Amino acid sequence: MKTILMLIAKRAALGVATLLVVSLILFLGVELLPGDVAQAILGQDASPDNVANLRRELGLDLPPAQRYLDWLGGVLHGDFGRSLATGREISSLIGPRILNTLFLAGFAAAIAVPLALGLGVLAAVYRNSVFDRVVNIGALGSISIPEFFLCYVLILWLSVNLGIFPSISNISADLSLAERAFRTVLPALALTIGVLAYMMRMTRAAITNLLARPYIQMARLKGASPGSVIVRHALPNAFAPIINVVALSLAHLVVGVVVVEVIFVYPGVGQLLVDSVARRDVTVVQSCSLFFALTYVLLNLIADILAIATNPRLLHPR
Amino acid sequence: MAIHMTGRNGGIGGAGALTAVLAAGLVLAAFAAAALASGKTAGLAVGAAAALHLVLLARALLRPSATPSAATAILLATVVYGAGALALHSRFAAFPGSGLVGLAILHVTVLTAARQWRTLRKAPPSAMIGLAVTFAYAMIAALAPLLAPYPEAAIVGSEYEPWGADFVLGTDNLGRDMLSRLIFATRNTISIAAVATALGFAAGAAAGLLAATIGGWIDTAMGRVVDILMAIPQLIFALLILTIVGTSITSLVLVIAVVDATRVFRLVRAVSMNVLALEFVEAARLRGEGLLWIIRREVLPNITAPLIVEFGIRFCFVFLFISSLSFLGLGIQPPTADWGSMVRENAALIVYGDITPLLPAGAIAVLAVAINLAVDWFLHTSSGLKE
Repeated sequence: MKTILMLIAKRAALGVATLLVVSLILFLGVELLPGDVAQAILGQDASPDNVANLRRELGLDLPPAQRYLDWLGGVLHGDFGRSLATGREISSLIGPRILNTLFLAGFAAAIAVPLALGLGVLAAVYRNSVFDRVVNIGALGSISIPEFFLCYVLILWLSVNLGIFPSISNISADLSLAERAFRTVLPALALTIGVLAYMMRMTRAAITNLLARPYIQMARLKGASPGSVIVRHALPNAFAPIINVVALSLAHLVVGVVVVEVIFVYPGVGQLLVDSVARRDVTVVQSCSLFFALTYVLLNLIADILAIATNPRLLHPR
Repeated sequence: MAIHMTGRNGGIGGAGALTAVLAAGLVLAAFAAAALASGKTAGLAVGAAAALHLVLLARALLRPSATPSAATAILLATVVYGAGALALHSRFAAFPGSGLVGLAILHVTVLTAARQWRTLRKAPPSAMIGLAVTFAYAMIAALAPLLAPYPEAAIVGSEYEPWGADFVLGTDNLGRDMLSRLIFATRNTISIAAVATALGFAAGAAAGLLAATIGGWIDTAMGRVVDILMAIPQLIFALLILTIVGTSITSLVLVIAVVDATRVFRLVRAVSMNVLALEFVEAARLRGEGLLWIIRREVLPNITAPLIVEFGIRFCFVFLFISSLSFLGLGIQPPTADWGSMVRENAALIVYGDITPLLPAGAIAVLAVAINLAVDWFLHTSSGLKE
């Protein structure tokens, strides 16, 4: 038990270190930008006095190390600084959008995870059947097809031809949860399809890996049905790799949100990020990137920790 | 085997190879002449490329290990291609450089196919389709200006014209011919993706090989840097860098190469570690062979198969990535045609139930599936041979 806690603590420390380095890279990214942030906010024809004042106000006259620590401290308190393009507080810009993005990603995950696990188990039960083939082709397709293709096919089919769902998901804070969910169905569906096949295949692989084990043979010999062999005997032992795959897929999903949000004009962080890149609004890009990197690193960290925690060999060391 | 070898050295094979090289030389000379007619610099460039191609072809065909069937296949391909160029001589004369690149791709494909014929013959239909489609895309990319009915960025009609006789696939949001832009986009996206993949692959593979072979703190340091780069999601990393340095094709290629190199580094390091643990490497080290010798003669030949597979997968990933960035308006900039930006520019048509904007996206998907099919088969055969 002690070794496993040590391993988890080590991995968590590594995760925190990674986050620090990532934040440093993001900070340096803005530092490397040619020109001056204060000048950029005020525009070309600002008087030198005004620029100097703003520089002092923003703390630009301090040494870089000091500013990095200040910035990091600000971020930890939810203060991301100001937008270069509009001068607005980034936290007020990004705050509601983070909730929207997490809602979309969570919605997609709520559809994708149970569906992928269920279909993955089915594919393992009916190995080498037509169903299994279809799953394989689907997995190949989903890694080959660009996200925007999928999104537009969904729009064409479910929105234009059948008219069931709106093609644009404009969300505002005063919508009821049901209305919000209804307008988010198409982007969530697009995200779901993007990660579904991969999760499904990995679930199937995790289960089939175990099928050659003696205890599975034992279960078969005592007369358990094929379905029960898989669900009752193989599945519990396949949980560790499956949890890992789910966490990694969720990490991909949160990043995959960027393209999907742009297509469906969904007011999330991804859309803000792309708009800001086009405007070269570096501080906003910095904050959005930080959000995505943070989620990505955290989910990867959780995946690794769960993989350690559910590994029986580490739980019961000899 | 010995009998076979003498057969290869026989007079018939040599004469066939000579004929094939001469035929290729004739077609190449025609391209060079056409290029010279349109301008001195163009003529020199095409002439130099043609000479280089001829030398490489002659080396491949005239060396003792070359098979007569390769020479015959090359001769046949050259004659068919030359006849096509003669029939469409007005278009080929206008774009001799494209004609040359097309011939080069054809020759490389035919030569590889002839050499690997035994393996290729047993390939399943899915792999055959994958290889054929990939080859077709490469040819379309090479011959884009010859095939496209209209120039890349010319406004030739009114906006959003429907499919018809003048414009086979209609026109886009500015009145440019959709089919022509699709064809040019094939060339632009594929060539940029190929350059980015090659750069990233070379850098990643070199770093991975060095890290694995040298080991020690250099290996650890490189591993840490790569770990940190990989902790940032690729799309986010690319967007951040493109914001800082601005969007241009050079920065796009470099950013993708860096992002890609990290993945290649991991794989190459892992597979070469496996080889480096074997006895023959130990023997080479004890013999006192240098670092580069060990990498080139002991490690590289043993990791070719996973490297080829990785290259295919990376290439797929890169052009999907470029398309995504272009779709977001941050990749290849207009008026250069590109699959991703074409979807974006014409997305408005979707709302009217018109599938035209899906064509470029479909072009991406078909190429990605084709490459994946070919790679899957290659992975299967190469692992099968080892077992």
